[in-house]
Amino acid sequence: MSVAIDIRNISKQFRLYNEKHTSLKERVIHGGKMPFVPFWALDDVSVEINEGETFGILGRNGCGKSTLLKCIAGILKPTSGEIRVRGSLAAMLELGAGFQPELSGRDNIFLNGSLLGLSRAEIQRRFDDIVAFAELEEFIDNQVKFYSSGMYVRLGFAVAVNVEPDVLLVDEVLAVGDAAFQRKCLDHVRKFQNEGRTIVVVSHGTDAIRQNCGRVMVMNHGKVITVDEPGEGIRVYLADLLGVGTLEHSDSGGIAGNVFSIGTVQAEHAGSGTRLHLLPGEALTVTADLDSLAAVNNAMATIAIHDDKGELVFASDPDDPICQMEVPEGGGVMRFYFPEVPLLDGTYSVSVGIRSLTETAIFDWKDQVATFEVVNPGRTTGRVRLPMDVSFRLRSSGHTGEVPAIGGLSIGGLIGAPVAEDFLT
Amino acid sequence: MSVREVQHAPDEPDPIRNIGGGTRFVPGSNSRQITVVNGKVQLGQRLKDLWRNRDLLVLLTRSELKIKYKNSVLGYLWSMLNPALVLTIYFMVFKIISKNNQPDFAIWLFAGLLVWNLYNNAAMSSTTVVVGKAGIIKKVAFPRELLALSTVGVAIVLFSIQVVVLILALAIFGITPDFHLIYLIPLALVALIVFTSAMSIFLSAVNVYLRDTQHLTEVLLMAWFWATPIVYTYGMISRELATHPSVSWLKYVYLANPITPIVMSFQRVIYGRTEYTYRPPKTPPHVYVAPTVVLPNWGGGFYALLLGVVLVVSIGLFLLALIVFGRLEGNFAEEL
Repeated sequence: MSVAIDIRNISKQFRLYNEKHTSLKERVIHGGKMPFVPFWALDDVSVEINEGETFGILGRNGCGKSTLLKCIAGILKPTSGEIRVRGSLAAMLELGAGFQPELSGRDNIFLNGSLLGLSRAEIQRRFDDIVAFAELEEFIDNQVKFYSSGMYVRLGFAVAVNVEPDVLLVDEVLAVGDAAFQRKCLDHVRKFQNEGRTIVVVSHGTDAIRQNCGRVMVMNHGKVITVDEPGEGIRVYLADLLGVGTLEHSDSGGIAGNVFSIGTVQAEHAGSGTRLHLLPGEALTVTADLDSLAAVNNAMATIAIHDDKGELVFASDPDDPICQMEVPEGGGVMRFYFPEVPLLDGTYSVSVGIRSLTETAIFDWKDQVATFEVVNPGRTTGRVRLPMDVSFRLRSSGHTGEVPAIGGLSIGGLIGAPVAEDFLT
Repeated sequence: MSVREVQHAPDEPDPIRNIGGGTRFVPGSNSRQITVVNGKVQLGQRLKDLWRNRDLLVLLTRSELKIKYKNSVLGYLWSMLNPALVLTIYFMVFKIISKNNQPDFAIWLFAGLLVWNLYNNAAMSSTTVVVGKAGIIKKVAFPRELLALSTVGVAIVLFSIQVVVLILALAIFGITPDFHLIYLIPLALVALIVFTSAMSIFLSAVNVYLRDTQHLTEVLLMAWFWATPIVYTYGMISRELATHPSVSWLKYVYLANPITPIVMSFQRVIYGRTEYTYRPPKTPPHVYVAPTVVLPNWGGGFYALLLGVVLVVSIGLFLLALIVFGRLEGNFAEEL
């Protein structure tokens, strides 16, 4: 496996001026030198991205991830260090960047394709594909300024992906267009992956990274925090950088005319009728009323549990096959069953979400809508009741048999055994 | 392992391209080639990239022109109306109001303005071209010098339209250019284009950091215009300096203006004569009237020599402008 992008000790300094002094007068006043505060957007970043890999860069706003992408693309010049890119590259930092509103779609395809490094002949050859991909056959000779924003973005994406680069840089641009077009874009990205092209995705959304990337680099304040598997990377990102464990659900606003809508969410347990709280280790059932405008046969249900400080206690694997369900038109009731909830004292809230596996625009998310309380009758403290067993044996080699703990009483039996109703009475 | 790797012999060395401040992914490029992004400016690479992206230059020029005249009723006619109006004004002022006796003065003016318009159009629009295209600069990597060169491209197209009109005017007024020296025209044109390109590249980059440049350029170009023998003749200058021997060295200062030899070459060929004799009305036929010199009676070789010097200097300036541009370009995306 050879290296597609070799990033060696890249640093990038930005100069923050108190005010923009770009006039000659200001320069003269300051004797040619402008007072500025150095700001290191990238601080000695080194990483190797392999050929054929889909590599995610995760970090919050201002962590330097977009700066790094721009340096790879050659838009920004690093202050020190070197980046080596093998093969051709296309950057999708903004779809339709460089479109001239006054020109027709046709002219813009040529101009934009050329900016991305294609020759006239190559654009000519791909022209029909681009137009077909953008679904703009009827409007291709209209001026781009009359395009809707969706058409604009579709054309931008169509040109960018038809450049067929060896390395594709993507900066959170896939969240555009209607559901059908998003599907198409994702399909295209998958195709790129299958063809062994290298993709670098920059995002602060964990979902896209988890679903698409083989490795993820977490950045903060221009430094690399970790380069790891997506699961571990996202954990580090959420835990260390955000400081809170809230699930990423930046899309919770939903899209008008969304297929799914989640109604009432309820958390029920065995003693629901007689008491409000749950005992540690008891079973919990969460039901959520789901309305669906269409039949979706690859719906994925997700559930997350937060404690009363807003810290994430549990979130289901977004790609776990057991969460997949077929939702008929009209909807129904989603049911999540936890045979054992090993939580200790506290009030917990439940968030429920559903999305389509393939069409990212079809989803709904209800954030912390139902709560349940756990009351621990025992004397264990903490957050989780871990199953436990305790025993004792002698050190000497002669005796191999285990000597039971005092009175043969296993502490595990006290707190590890399934909780009985009679603890209460 | 990608499929394309198989297509290349494994022991084939990877061609390495070194790029200062910009990755240029060139059409039809070898997929195995390595592009290096670092802080250095590599002049040779920049020139190579400019050449490789000439398709893009044509497209940028074409779209500039399209945008310029889109939605205007007269369209390309405007590119004619403006110089025509300028020419008419100078003609009125110098020929009719201040009674200039030079015959075919309109053609003289046209020859000089042709050169000046190319330079002026490109230099003026180059100051704002990088700033105005901030959207592309911030999001796409390509040789940004092409933006500056596209203003030269636009100016060349407008120049060509004016040349057509000039040829028509020559035919209508029955004026024969000096065809023996016609070879000066391509030489002068090349020198003019290289010089204009150098200035455009330089101005476009500097204006990003120092926005005064565009206003300063306007003022300086105005002064520059009057320092060039366009609406008056070089003959007037040399006559004037001949009467003041103590400052005769000013002639060399005057000729150091690179546009001057270019303008004079155009005038020499198109106007077709170096002097004229004006006989005021009612002058008796036996009275000798000394001819008025408009251009020095140098041979074609000397004109060519001057143009050669301008060309060499312009090439030097062009390379220098590329280096300056490369230095400044690295921070375009953050300055804009």
